[in-house]
Amino acid sequence: MKEKWFYTEKVKEHFFNPKNVLKTGAEAKAYSKKADAVGQVGSPVCGDVMKVWIKVKNNVIIDIKWQTFGCASAIASTSVMSEMVKGMTLNEAMKVRPADIVKKLGSLPAQKIHCSVLGDQALRAAIENYLSKHGKKTKNN
Amino acid sequence: MDNAATTQIRKEVLASMEPYLSERYGNPSSMHKLGLEANSAVSESREKIANILNCGASEIIFTSGGTESVNLAIKGVAFAHKKGQIITQKTEHHAVLHACEWLEKNGFKVTYLDVDKSGLVNPLDVESAIRKDTILVTIMYANNEIGTIQPIKEIAEICKKRKVLFHTDACQAAGYLDLDVKSLSVDLLTLNGSKIYGPKGIGILYVKKGTKITPILHGGGQEFGIRSGTENVPSIVGLAKALELAQKEKDSEGKKLAKLRDKLIAELLKIPNSQLNGHATKRLPNNANMSFYGVEGESVILMLNEKGIFASTGSACSAKSIEASHVLLAIGLSHELAHGSIRFSLGRQTREKDISHVLQVFPKIISDLRGMSPVKT
Repeated sequence: MKEKWFYTEKVKEHFFNPKNVLKTGAEAKAYSKKADAVGQVGSPVCGDVMKVWIKVKNNVIIDIKWQTFGCASAIASTSVMSEMVKGMTLNEAMKVRPADIVKKLGSLPAQKIHCSVLGDQALRAAIENYLSKHGKKTKNN
Repeated sequence: MDNAATTQIRKEVLASMEPYLSERYGNPSSMHKLGLEANSAVSESREKIANILNCGASEIIFTSGGTESVNLAIKGVAFAHKKGQIITQKTEHHAVLHACEWLEKNGFKVTYLDVDKSGLVNPLDVESAIRKDTILVTIMYANNEIGTIQPIKEIAEICKKRKVLFHTDACQAAGYLDLDVKSLSVDLLTLNGSKIYGPKGIGILYVKKGTKITPILHGGGQEFGIRSGTENVPSIVGLAKALELAQKEKDSEGKKLAKLRDKLIAELLKIPNSQLNGHATKRLPNNANMSFYGVEGESVILMLNEKGIFASTGSACSAKSIEASHVLLAIGLSHELAHGSIRFSLGRQTREKDISHVLQVFPKIISDLRGMSPVKT
């Protein structure tokens, strides 16, 4: 069924078919054992929680998985972010900002950006987690 | 499944309006044939509505809708009294709350009563809030989000006894509840067309004869000097027709929808960590407002939309708002549960198969969203 849609087509694509998502608690549990680091931001009170797991090799993000509690733009923005950063170096990934994610999605209503585009923060939390495990400090932040 | 915000105009209503949108385009104030034609259409509609409300025709004021009627009632009474206290409650429509807040900034006192967890106002709270300087009590008939029906007759009688004016916003009630202003004992009552399968942009304010009220729109002196502006003839005709049909069918329609609604609620409550918001029995027959812990309402609404099901949410994250529903917070819901709230409001066109369709797709939507959430439920 094709119904009219509030957001951009790109948001729709990622909302209905999120990429790199861990679809169940069991998948999340299994992946968390393989992942090199994890980061989480947000709170259920605010309505958005993002959790990001990364696998890193030679300072490059070779895999990323995520889970999100939140609205359509929260889900879509985390999904599109996960596609953007796969293959980036940690330094490159640290520089990703909400504006870059919104650009990839086409656009988002202004009031949704600060509350729902939190994937980059969760990613930075995961990178910090990775670096602290490996005794390094971030260059950009 | 989203018939509380607005409804689809009925064929009979549209047909009644059509002549006044084309050849009978007169201004009711004109003295020629076209004017007289329009004038009598307005008068007949006013009579029709007055009969339904059991009041005099001169007590019906046509306005541009529910928001204007509410503003006229509250500000009109306030300005007529120049100062004093207004009593309302926390789950009112924003038209009421924001009008009251504005009056507060302009020297009036406002008391916002709490409701219990089912959304009910306690009439005793109204009684004890009334002071010497109280000029108006305004309490809605039925709530637009959770469907809770207020004991307005009891409240109105308290007001009468204490010689305080009472206004009720009956927009949501008009399709299902009694509107006899004498038996309800109200001084002012707001109704609109768009909630009862009538046109948008038209409403009425019932103003009991002798009520002190100041106009908020000044001009040509239409509507007995209380609301100036050329009458919206087609919409007035349409509103009268819609109200006539709605009140004639309210019992049969209410019974039919309550049955469908109860099935929907009973089945959806089988989903773990779910709850019904509002009152179990004192609620509009078409309203089901529920919360599902661990999901966010906008995501649910958009997934339902994709399946051809239209519902709404009190979540702060709904696409056009970033504030959680003041109604759900007022009945004591946590922000988490307000985020996970879904309102189904059934309507004339809702059938058994629509309920089955919801029941078929809804549990999976909830479990998919809960599955991808890092928050444990």
